[in-house]
Amino acid sequence: MAESADKLISVFVDGIEVKVSPGTNMIEAAHKAGVEVPHYCYHSHLSVAGNCRMCLVEMGTPGVDRNTRQPILGPDGKQVIQWMPKPTIACATNATPGLHIRTTSKIVKDCREGIMEFLLVNHPLDCPICDQAGECHLQEYATDYGRGYSRYVEDKNVKPKRTMIGPRVILDNERCILCGRCVRFCKEIAKDEVLGFTERGSHSTIACFPGKTLDNNYSLNVVDLCPVGALTSTDFRFKMRVWFLKETPSICTESSTGVNTTVWSREGVIYRITPRRNDAVNDTWMSDSGRVLYKQVAAENRSTAYAIEGRPVQAAEAVAALADTLSKAKGVAFLASGKSSVEEMYLLKKLVAAVPAGTKAVHLVPHVDKGDDFLISADRNPNTRGALLTGLVKGLESAKCESLLPMVQEGSIDTLVSLNECAGVCGLGREELKKLQYVYLGTHYCETSQYANIEVPLLTVFEKDGSFVNQQFRLQKFSQAVPGPEGVMSDRAFIFATLAKLGGKGPRNASAEAVWESMAADIPQFAGISFASIPAEGRPIDGSAFASQPFAEGKNLHFSA
Amino acid sequence: MAIKVLHRKPLTLAERTYILPILSGLRITLRNMIKAPVTLEYPEEKPAIPKGYRGVPTLVKDPNGREKCVSCQLCEFVCPPKAIRITPGEIVDPANAHVEKAPKDFELNMLRCIYCGLCEEVCPEQAIVLQDIYSMNSETREEIVLHKDKLYELGGTLPDAHFKWDKKKKAADEAAHGGHH
Repeated sequence: MAESADKLISVFVDGIEVKVSPGTNMIEAAHKAGVEVPHYCYHSHLSVAGNCRMCLVEMGTPGVDRNTRQPILGPDGKQVIQWMPKPTIACATNATPGLHIRTTSKIVKDCREGIMEFLLVNHPLDCPICDQAGECHLQEYATDYGRGYSRYVEDKNVKPKRTMIGPRVILDNERCILCGRCVRFCKEIAKDEVLGFTERGSHSTIACFPGKTLDNNYSLNVVDLCPVGALTSTDFRFKMRVWFLKETPSICTESSTGVNTTVWSREGVIYRITPRRNDAVNDTWMSDSGRVLYKQVAAENRSTAYAIEGRPVQAAEAVAALADTLSKAKGVAFLASGKSSVEEMYLLKKLVAAVPAGTKAVHLVPHVDKGDDFLISADRNPNTRGALLTGLVKGLESAKCESLLPMVQEGSIDTLVSLNECAGVCGLGREELKKLQYVYLGTHYCETSQYANIEVPLLTVFEKDGSFVNQQFRLQKFSQAVPGPEGVMSDRAFIFATLAKLGGKGPRNASAEAVWESMAADIPQFAGISFASIPAEGRPIDGSAFASQPFAEGKNLHFSA
Repeated sequence: MAIKVLHRKPLTLAERTYILPILSGLRITLRNMIKAPVTLEYPEEKPAIPKGYRGVPTLVKDPNGREKCVSCQLCEFVCPPKAIRITPGEIVDPANAHVEKAPKDFELNMLRCIYCGLCEEVCPEQAIVLQDIYSMNSETREEIVLHKDKLYELGGTLPDAHFKWDKKKKAADEAAHGGHH
């Protein structure tokens, strides 16, 4: 949202002046001033409910004489601040010019203590067995704003525990503080009304509507939204305490939306993926199907060893064999992948240029499926636009691989290098591949990889760093979360080593920094960008040169074709 | 450095008789011969272990035989030498399903353990207790990395002051049968 400076208004949070746009609520205004206003039900991307009462603050406005409409001035000549006699909820009160907020006064402190006491009255305090422990707002606020001891001696309410409300979500009603974030998410974001409140008073609970379950592809967002441990994920259930997990910023490879994610790992094992807030791409949401993509790292068909004619070899031998094959080839076809990073595509383009063969073809296999109009776009390649920007392919239509089979049959192609793409998708089977020198580079084995003369394992997005260009031509980078399989070179290093073996021109080394130096000099749209300078929330790239390309995406969140 | 020369004192007449100093030495020897011994015939005899002794950390069960550890992994977190490694798991046994969580494996590396007792102090379930075992040895490294079964065998059963999970189950049962909740 563009905030024009002249429209900003001044708000004073505990005496700190901040400029905010009109309509900003007091929680966001305080956040801007670096002051935390604790809250449970308020969420930046959901409607305001105002039912948890945790964000109560004192509010004051500059005094104006009712009769004369003149400012009331104090003895010091400044306008008097008229404080409201009662506290007000910060989430549902918007900033007005000259608004004063007190978050540290006695009345605010008492309010918070009181709210915490009420919330904890029926809370089971089963933190030792609760997956939310460590990232629980109830724990955090009890420590920061609670009274520190309990006065409650009566029996606690008993409510249903361990209720499966969907295939991926478990509900523990005793832990629920009835903030209603999940209810609002289902209604407003997922557009699938499943959850609601039932019963009265302290017996109030969250429940599914009769005959419905929370089974949409965005159901796990309610687990992230839940400020306590009431809604937990079945996949992550009792896997690991969150305080052991390392957070790595990453990008979801499910589609060209490029959902920003955080990968949570410990000692080289990934335990879960959660969305990372980016208001220009995915807000704070992500699909359930994208969250399980980490399972590809340890999948059964994972390729982890180099092989020549089925014989296991070291990485250096595979590099030499590939360079040798490419230098002897008469006609080479490359099956490039829209799942490769921008850096790998650029190096691959350099490799193609260095191949001495007479006939050279580069295909980009499209993976198009139905989009869900929200966060899964129709183009399931996360980096289609990267292939265009790096010049790996000239156009999407001409890069399709329908022409590959005839070229193989007539014999103009004698070598095929496929990178994370199965030759089968281009109609090539055992018969054709046996005739070719077939080099398969891939993270996983596929049905045709067994016919490969040279097999090269590649790394998944979690095991390397790099960048993608999403549907909005937004350049976004991802970091390495876990190490790759033992002895496997990074994709970039492997292509770079082959390029060096062929004597081709390229960047000074295989690091992302070096590749970006080279790309910034080569590619006008990337001019002035270095790998380190790509911000966490990504950076828009000028994609006007490709406006005529037949992109597959339709309208979805923050994108219209 | 300055050197100070000391001269041995000349012996007195009594000392020069030789027999008197020998007798005074023999008196000490005789006194110790008839006194009760101050050492123990270890390993046949074992010392009495004082209360609050910090021996090998063990896992304990409550008097009903329920394993107390719920694998919250706080001991793993607090352990200074990183001797503890827990693989959490879910309880499938319907009798204890209300406790939900228990360790699939509990690994305690006694080559690393420094007997500090922080695991016992941090445990919210009073499930890990440093008891009176002071001798822990083995012929291989693998053997001295204690696993869940061995830790429960060493720990045994300790009295419980709360039975909090039993109370929880009772409340839930009462609620299911139309109790006041």
